[in-house]
Amino acid sequence: MSQKQNLYGVLAEFPTASAIYHACEKVRDKGFKNWDAHTPFPVHGLEKAMGLKPSKVPWIVLVLGLSGASGGMLLQWWINTQAYPLVISGKPLFSWQAFVPVTFELGVLLGAFGAVFGMLFINRLPMWYHSLFRSQRFEKVTDDKFFISIEACDPKFDPTATSKMLTELGATHVELVEQ
Amino acid sequence: METSVTLANLEEHVDKRAPLVLGRETFSSVTDIVARPMEMATPKAWWILFLISLAGCGVLGAAIAYLFWEGVGVWGLNNRVGWAWDITNFVFWVGIGHAGTLISAILFLFRQKWRTSINRAAEAMTIFAVICALIFPGIHVGRVWVAYWLFPIPNQMVMWPNFRSPLLWDVFAVSTYFTVSTLFWFVGLIPDLATFRDRSKGVRKFVYGLFALGWRGSHRHWLNYERAYLILAALSTPLVLSVHTIVSFDFATSQLPGWHATIFPPYFVAGAIFSGFAMVINLMVICRWVFKLEHLVTMRHFENMAKIILLTGSLVGYAYAMEFFIAWYSGNPYERYIFISRATGPYAWAYWTMITCNVIIPQLFWVRKIRTNLWALFIISIFVNIGMWFERFVIIVTSLHRTFLPSSWAYFQPTFVDIATFIGSFGLFFTLFLLFVRFLPIVAIAEVKTVMPEADPHGHDTKAGAH
Repeated sequence: MSQKQNLYGVLAEFPTASAIYHACEKVRDKGFKNWDAHTPFPVHGLEKAMGLKPSKVPWIVLVLGLSGASGGMLLQWWINTQAYPLVISGKPLFSWQAFVPVTFELGVLLGAFGAVFGMLFINRLPMWYHSLFRSQRFEKVTDDKFFISIEACDPKFDPTATSKMLTELGATHVELVEQ
Repeated sequence: METSVTLANLEEHVDKRAPLVLGRETFSSVTDIVARPMEMATPKAWWILFLISLAGCGVLGAAIAYLFWEGVGVWGLNNRVGWAWDITNFVFWVGIGHAGTLISAILFLFRQKWRTSINRAAEAMTIFAVICALIFPGIHVGRVWVAYWLFPIPNQMVMWPNFRSPLLWDVFAVSTYFTVSTLFWFVGLIPDLATFRDRSKGVRKFVYGLFALGWRGSHRHWLNYERAYLILAALSTPLVLSVHTIVSFDFATSQLPGWHATIFPPYFVAGAIFSGFAMVINLMVICRWVFKLEHLVTMRHFENMAKIILLTGSLVGYAYAMEFFIAWYSGNPYERYIFISRATGPYAWAYWTMITCNVIIPQLFWVRKIRTNLWALFIISIFVNIGMWFERFVIIVTSLHRTFLPSSWAYFQPTFVDIATFIGSFGLFFTLFLLFVRFLPIVAIAEVKTVMPEADPHGHDTKAGAH
């Protein structure tokens, strides 16, 4: 029991994209919850093999993009009609057509902030320390190796049985990683 | 030998797509190829080029310091020509800065997978070109210490900028473009910085690790990452088109003959892509040769870029013709005069340089032998950039130097400060680009791996033992 407490989980190495794809399908079907796949590049369709839900990033972008655009229009309305009403070339104070470019740019700017910082927020990055970095072999995850990690906090986790299962799924190397 | 490798993916086959990575590379060898410039001992040639570029930066700094000390009178501007090399250089650099986002965003949305080998370097080029561009409107305002009046910042005069002015739209467009391009570039870099982190030791590992943000290739992360990347591409596509459109509004919304034309936005955007791709070809021909990227940046990539140059160059040629046609068809004598003066007046030399470089020379790309010859690509691309600089010069200066009042007509001549500032901006651009090729992944490693056949999780199990 004490061993399980300072254990992060088990890390299994796979040689190819197709090997990890099929292994992920099996891990998903066995009902594991706290687990992840680690790949050097986004393997096409792996989220289906893992049973992941679609990303929530678009909602953040929608909200921030719309607030950028409406904030941009509001700013220009306020400046031109309230803060500094000045008739320029005989046009109405709130000539919204002229305000479209800045409205658009601010919508894009805040939308892009939403995409980047929303993605990092959902992914909980930056996170410079992670238990998996304890593994020497894990350095190859950014090169050409594919990994599955199953966390010790998963209710179905058992150090021996889970390692054995991953070997049976085609892992070329399985190791236990401490917290 | 060289041709058998480089030409290997030029042919079209009905039953399969042309390979984008040549020479039996594996995931691991792709990483090695891209990491080589970062890991190799600094080549002497790099130091020589870097010191020359750094000297260029010094020239830029000195020219700007002199300008600040003395005022804009040190430029060749006169009472009639109030915009000349400053705005020409601004539009020139912003134009070059369009290819990067076009490659990374528009080609991404169109699923043009060949973009993966060149997008990183092109995006870096974009950011550095926009930095060079931003200098010029910044320093041409005259009283630089109040340059913050460009932004809607509360100030002691309780005055606000004029939001009906395209010059203010430009401030928002170019700064948004710079910010979004930088974010896009950085997001693309995260997984590759993690690759460099995992390959290096000591201080380098710390610095790459710092910027890699703790990336661990998690697919739960990739899912959000890919979605964010797609959205950034979708946001950048209208953005990149809007930026040069708004730059063209600086001219088109005025009432000056030669500027007041509705064709300007599409014509400027086509010209920007045209010049940007030319610069990408120039830089990639050298990078590919120096860093031995032949298997990743293949002849097919160059041929595709040459085709885009041919297309956009022809669009630009069409726009030149259409401007002339409308000048005649409008029946407006001032409009007519300015166009005849462009082709036959005191600046005819600049006009015909532009026509030769932009309309005539790129037509050579109809010939496949020329499109697939690196020397030809390199030289024609240089001509394109010369031509595109002259295009902006012709538009700005010829329209300004002769307008409604003949008594105020004047001829513009640059001073040495104009010339030094322009040359210095190249110094800044190449300094930044040389630092980039030395310390950052010049090819998007993770993205290139996705276009290799081994990346497909379905049906390439047999290849497993190959590496």
